[in-house]
Amino acid sequence: MVRETNRHFKFDWITIILFLLLVGFGWLNILSASHTGSSIDYFDFSQPFGKQLMFIFLTFGLIVILLAIDAKFYERFSSLIYIISMLSLVGLFFFGKNVNGATSWYAIGGMTLQPSEFAKTATALAVAKYISDLNTNIKVLKDQLQVFTIIIIPALLVLLQNDTGSTLVYASFFFVLYREGLPKYYLSIGISVIVLSILSLKFGPLISSSLAVILVIGFHFLSKNKLRIFQSIIILLLAFLVSFGVKFFYQSILKPHQQDRISLWLRLEKDPEKLEQMKQTFAYNLNESEKAISSGGLTGRGFMEGTRTTGKFVPEQHTDYIFSTVGEEWGFIGSSFVVILFVLLLLRILHLAELQKSQFSRVYGYGVASIIFIHFFINIGMVMGIIPTIGIPLPMFSYGGSGLWAFTILIFIFIKLDSNRINEW
Amino acid sequence: MRQLLLFISIITVGLLFISRLFYLQIYDARSHDLYADNAIRKVYDYPKRGFVYDRNGKLLVANQPSYDVMVIPREVEPLDTLEFCSLLKIDKEKFIKTLDKARHYSPRLPSVFVSHLSKEDYAVLQEKMRKFDGFYIQKRSLRSYETTIGANVLGDIGEVNNRIIQKDPYYKMGDLIGKQGVEASYEKTLRGVKGIKFIQKDRFNRNIGPYKNGKFDTIPEQGKDITITIDAKLQEYGELLMKNKRGGVIAIEPSSGEILAMVAAPTYDPNILVGRERSKNFTKLYNDSIAKPLFNRSLQGVYEPGSPFKLMNALIGLQEGVITPEETVTCYRGYKYGNRFMKCHCNYGTRNNIVGGIQRSCNAYFATAYRKILDKNGNASDGIDVWSSHAKSFGLGQFLNNDLYVGQKGRIPDRAYYKYIYPKTFYSTYTISNAIGQGEVATTPIQLANMVAAIANRGYYFTPHIIKKIENETLPEQFTKPKYTTIDKRNFEPVIEGMYQVYKKGTAASLQVKDIDICGKTGTVENFAIIDSVKTQLTDHSIFVAFAPKDNPKIAIAVFVENGYWGSRFAGKVASLMIEKHIKGFITRTDLEDWLLRHSLQDEYAKPYSGKPFQINGYTQLQTIEEKDYLQLKKKLQHINSTSN
Repeated sequence: MVRETNRHFKFDWITIILFLLLVGFGWLNILSASHTGSSIDYFDFSQPFGKQLMFIFLTFGLIVILLAIDAKFYERFSSLIYIISMLSLVGLFFFGKNVNGATSWYAIGGMTLQPSEFAKTATALAVAKYISDLNTNIKVLKDQLQVFTIIIIPALLVLLQNDTGSTLVYASFFFVLYREGLPKYYLSIGISVIVLSILSLKFGPLISSSLAVILVIGFHFLSKNKLRIFQSIIILLLAFLVSFGVKFFYQSILKPHQQDRISLWLRLEKDPEKLEQMKQTFAYNLNESEKAISSGGLTGRGFMEGTRTTGKFVPEQHTDYIFSTVGEEWGFIGSSFVVILFVLLLLRILHLAELQKSQFSRVYGYGVASIIFIHFFINIGMVMGIIPTIGIPLPMFSYGGSGLWAFTILIFIFIKLDSNRINEW
Repeated sequence: MRQLLLFISIITVGLLFISRLFYLQIYDARSHDLYADNAIRKVYDYPKRGFVYDRNGKLLVANQPSYDVMVIPREVEPLDTLEFCSLLKIDKEKFIKTLDKARHYSPRLPSVFVSHLSKEDYAVLQEKMRKFDGFYIQKRSLRSYETTIGANVLGDIGEVNNRIIQKDPYYKMGDLIGKQGVEASYEKTLRGVKGIKFIQKDRFNRNIGPYKNGKFDTIPEQGKDITITIDAKLQEYGELLMKNKRGGVIAIEPSSGEILAMVAAPTYDPNILVGRERSKNFTKLYNDSIAKPLFNRSLQGVYEPGSPFKLMNALIGLQEGVITPEETVTCYRGYKYGNRFMKCHCNYGTRNNIVGGIQRSCNAYFATAYRKILDKNGNASDGIDVWSSHAKSFGLGQFLNNDLYVGQKGRIPDRAYYKYIYPKTFYSTYTISNAIGQGEVATTPIQLANMVAAIANRGYYFTPHIIKKIENETLPEQFTKPKYTTIDKRNFEPVIEGMYQVYKKGTAASLQVKDIDICGKTGTVENFAIIDSVKTQLTDHSIFVAFAPKDNPKIAIAVFVENGYWGSRFAGKVASLMIEKHIKGFITRTDLEDWLLRHSLQDEYAKPYSGKPFQINGYTQLQTIEEKDYLQLKKKLQHINSTSN
């Protein structure tokens, strides 16, 4: 009996409370963004807010199950979970339902299920399992390639279903691998490629290449551990390749609507008429969501008082653009509060991950933090116009049962693993 | 170290988001103002603008509906341009041009495509409107003038400009506001308060219901009808008499300060500032810098008053005790002061007392009186201040502070005014021209009429005003409380007797009207213009002031006719006729009427612009208008006289 009660208190309540706060506040905003008319029936399951309320209730059941399952189960069956998850993604090609151009849903009765949401958890488990294997050495190329394969398979499958947002999520595993010893040059290469690409698009490939030349020469003369000449030359050649390659890719391979998104993001378009036209078309959501956020001011319009939210000015506001409701109705104070809640949750998970004795738990915890982080970054960044438009939900906040359950599973598996930290294995 | 990468990334992104939120929501925040929120449609409900009636209850200004074709360029679908153009009576070129202009203004907001459709065009168009997507008809309310007179009195309404919108947030783009006349001075009374409905829009610009169930909506408050003091008949008569002349006429009821007529010549038909042609016509009036039809000469024309001002000097002299009614001054065809001489029309050696001085308008008499006033205490500096404050108590030299939209201060000089020209020594002779109403003295017709009203009342006046009645409101005390002058009642009688004699035997003897005891005073004022940077004398202004009847006065009047030569020639005739019209309601002196209609000063006004040398006053030939023009005016006159009883 004593052991039984102790067990309950070993769960990390801080994480649970942060999770519940986000889910609760998220629902209030879904309610505001999706209600029509003045009388509200909270259990009207034809409305997003009613459905979401049902999803939330079901979530509690899910949590009980997740916490009841033995911690060892997740590690032991991680490979199986991964394989089932991948099969469910493959199955979409045959049985999937097409919604908004993406074949990402299974329709079961009146419900739809999005397996890609659950695949993230499965992949996190699989990566943790692979890395924590005693035979794995992440510093070796062969093992690197194997772990990359684990990550790339689901990434590729969702990309083939036209779900760019979910594909990008798999990039977050870089944080996990880097933490576990992936060589530093991956980081250098990664950052260099991103910086060079942006510079090349914004200022032209000549400028970005010249900058690379200056940096390499500078490094060559100033640094103590000098690069050999041919190494420098190879780096420069690669820099040129990236610079011009990106430009070529942008101009010749990307479709016009993709080009437009990037040109809007990097403020490449100067023609006011074209800009106005962009705001009317693909940038409409972004423009309206920025306006909605901006009109919130310091304290916001108040709950259910936002005129842009009420007027449904932001399409998809209860899903990907939910943060604009927060911005309009809760203002700077409310929006900052949400940002801070996410930061606290992420830091808490990160902190717990570092405390784990088992490598599996640590890697998995890192995976959880990385996945939530990338959602948080892309979603809010997109809604505020910091990064280009990419469809991705805001964890715990956005409307959607699959998403909510997937994040619940993701987080509560970790909470279960963490509760087991003190237990002898 | 490796643990830090994600940690730092999380912190950085958190800070980045909060700064971006700060930028969007606080630094670059959009207004919370409901009016500025483009998710809320503001629909205004314009109340009926109040009507304007004359003192006898005749409707002068009402409202009429007008139909504008509006366009929202974004919503325009390909249409049968040919049919549309022929319905609107425009050509295709204009169609394209107007549409481009509207699109340039805003593709999403409505612009006026064609304004002020006639009722017939509207009826035809309305049937077919549904065929033309993006176009719709908007009903507006315009003023409808039930008369062709009183443009300067009634004024007009026009769209607000940006300056007004910034000053008074009540007004929104496209709202109408009184621009001149009573439309401007009683704008708030006439317009009422518009109601507003806030309607929540969705992203397709559709209405999805009242914002907050109409919590902030207001209902319009109707504009109030007003009655003005103008007698439309008298006004019309005055305007006709002043045809082909320039100047101003003001008639006041002394017992109330109500303005019976306010004529500014030249004038225009107020109907031309309504509807489609408004801006074209306004520009035309505005650009006429010679005749200045928009310049309200009866309120804004600042003239030297000339001889009527002698009445003022007589009153001040009596009040200060420096002259007595019996005391005489001998006129030697003028007045000699130092080595200078002021001419006079009196016969050599005429002995004038105050009545004779006024009757004959003797310059010598008033020069003597003026010097006595200023030199009373042996110090002209103090003397002129006393003189000045007496004159100002009649409302001269300052704004009357009434309910007319425009006005001028005029000028009554005091010692301070002369400080720059005469810093040290100051003698009464320096400003002797003031004795005869020339020099530095300047008044507007309304100020002079008010002065006469104060004389008629024997010592007090009511601020001249145009408002007679506002629905459910009482007039402000400012118009109903008499203002007393600094002259005692007894001192008015000799002056009034002088004015009476002007009509009986004096300079206006030819203007007598049977059965009415009129008291008047003529004025003939020298005036100059700068022509090609040479100061050139023009024909004198003809000025006349009068009130009648002598006892229990009903009307006080001031008439200025620019370049009309002597006082009784033009101004006196106008004054006499308007007095007769007001008191009797019909005219016995039809000879005067006829003379005024027949004669024009247009040639006189053209002279300074002819570029040729010209002669003035007695050396000119008075212009007679053509017979057909005369007959036309005559017909109008008959019309006025036939309907007046």
